Amino acid sequence: MRRNAPALVIVAVAVAVVVLLPFGLSGYHQGLAADVAVFLIAILGLNILTGYTGQISIGHGAFMCIGGYTTAIMSHYHDTDLIATLPLAFAVAFACGVVVGIPALRFSGVYLALATFALAVSVPQLPLKFSNFTGGSNGISASRNVSHLWLYVVSWSAAAIAYLLAWLVLRGRTGRAFRAIRDSEVAATSSGVRLSIYKTLAFGISAALAGVAGALLVLETNGFAQPNEFSVTLSLKILVGAAIAGLGSLWGVLAGAAFIALLPNISASAPLIGSAHGQDVAFGLFVIVVMILLPTGVAGLVPRLRRLRAGLD
Amino acid sequence: MVELTRRLPMTMRRLPVSPVALLLAAACVFLVVGSLVSSIFAQQTVAGLGTGIVYGSLALALVLIYRATEVINFAQGEMAMAMVYVAYQLLLWGLSYWEAFFATLAIAFVFGVVVQQVFIRPVQHKSVIAVVIVTVGLFILIDGLVTWKWGADQKFMAAPFGNRIYHIGSVSIARQVVGTIAITLVTVFLLWAFFRFTKLGLGMRAGALRPAAARLVGVRTNALLAVGWGLAAVLGAVAGLMTEPSVYVLQPTLMQPVLLYAFAAAVLGGLESPGGAVVGGLALGVFLNLVGQYWGFATSELSLPIAFAALLIVLLIKPTGLFGHRTVRKV
Repeated sequence: MRRNAPALVIVAVAVAVVVLLPFGLSGYHQGLAADVAVFLIAILGLNILTGYTGQISIGHGAFMCIGGYTTAIMSHYHDTDLIATLPLAFAVAFACGVVVGIPALRFSGVYLALATFALAVSVPQLPLKFSNFTGGSNGISASRNVSHLWLYVVSWSAAAIAYLLAWLVLRGRTGRAFRAIRDSEVAATSSGVRLSIYKTLAFGISAALAGVAGALLVLETNGFAQPNEFSVTLSLKILVGAAIAGLGSLWGVLAGAAFIALLPNISASAPLIGSAHGQDVAFGLFVIVVMILLPTGVAGLVPRLRRLRAGLD
Repeated sequence: MVELTRRLPMTMRRLPVSPVALLLAAACVFLVVGSLVSSIFAQQTVAGLGTGIVYGSLALALVLIYRATEVINFAQGEMAMAMVYVAYQLLLWGLSYWEAFFATLAIAFVFGVVVQQVFIRPVQHKSVIAVVIVTVGLFILIDGLVTWKWGADQKFMAAPFGNRIYHIGSVSIARQVVGTIAITLVTVFLLWAFFRFTKLGLGMRAGALRPAAARLVGVRTNALLAVGWGLAAVLGAVAGLMTEPSVYVLQPTLMQPVLLYAFAAAVLGGLESPGGAVVGGLALGVFLNLVGQYWGFATSELSLPIAFAALLIVLLIKPTGLFGHRTVRKV
């Protein structure tokens, strides 16, 4: 119990900050903070698949696209309550993740990465093709708008639920199976882990979380689902966030999400790099520098700190 | 690393000719027969070869780096795009097209070496994912720098091959397509000769295959990795300079679709096989052109999804691409 005490304190402080934060923020900044929650959910999803199960995916933008369009379409055509569309996005993306996960069983390593990349490229093109249903490049809008505060509360609640879900899945038997697959598929099979079931499950859960993140992203952009929002860049952003957070650990997720959500905005208000292109330059440079300094991400700091503490004791 | 991966060539062959070679021969026969029957078919095939060889050369650049470092370089297309802007600037300063062309290739080599030494080398031995993320960072960085310096608006460059069109029977072929194919083939051939006949090339092959053993016999693997990045950047620059005349305008987004097709081509060829990358690129170029011509459903929005769907089907049948070798894993 004593070993977990600092962890509990950190979690409690984080929860308190998140709960109290909206009282001190303007509407615009509440929206930004909601952004962090959205990326946090997506990064959690990718981390379960890539960090814990060892299946590299560069295609999570595709699942976000699926979740986002689920929300927009349900709200646009059926006037479904927006909160009720979130579990729907979860379910639809889960199903898509499982469907993708089955052929993905045949790929490994870099081939899987490129197969998922193919997904990231192809899925956002589909709304353009079937434009009379999905609104083409103009997109499709949800039936009502929401306030920044609503977004903040819903996004962070969803993030908390997602975090809890990830923690519950990963701490038990399933998480052990995932990690066994990551460390060695052959060894995992010989100790009775059924690869096909656990790999597709990891794909499903991971896609489902990305789907929820996509749904929230759509609500954040005034309820508009457009193909441009889900370009390849989004998939790469999530991968960058997950790498900066640190793969195979839940500790750094918040830092990774904050990095990709906030850095472009912070650098926009900085002098000298205020222009749009300056933002790209700053973002790219930061990504490279962080990866060179912390190749295992922010989560890689945790064992280092622990060792430091052990040395002090 | 818990897992050791060792590549072994498949030695057991039941057929005297591999099924892949048979399939490719059949495809060639189909294309030749089709071209003789219909002039539209012939035209689309030749144009497809023109775009395909460009995909192939960028795919070759990806394969070069993948073989040496087991990493996909996401910045390959943006590096090529930056080099096209360099050529554009040289042309503005009054160089003739071909002076600018060769000067750009030299600059591209230096650029590739510098990128490897400054950005890749610090993370090289840390983890694969760290290197991949650094290349993604480079992608964003180069894009930002180019847009900052030259702006995002469209630029126009002199056409290297003019606008002449050759007529062979009822088939018309643009001189630019012929020029693209010729230039790219020469580049690929020179590269092959470099790897095959020079000591430096031998050292690079050794370094890619067995880095530790190569170091033990005195190959300077780190320096050669940088040379590899330089050569890949040169190939990319050729691909970029050949892409620009086929789309007529120069923009920072020039190489992004080409990079995606090059990924597909490289994977189609098996990621480790340089010849496979070129064949994959050609196959993809021709396939997309013919599908676009004869299948009404396949409009331009669908050409990327169709390319990748075809890729997925090939991978499902042969998970290591057309020319890839099966990897044998040791626990």
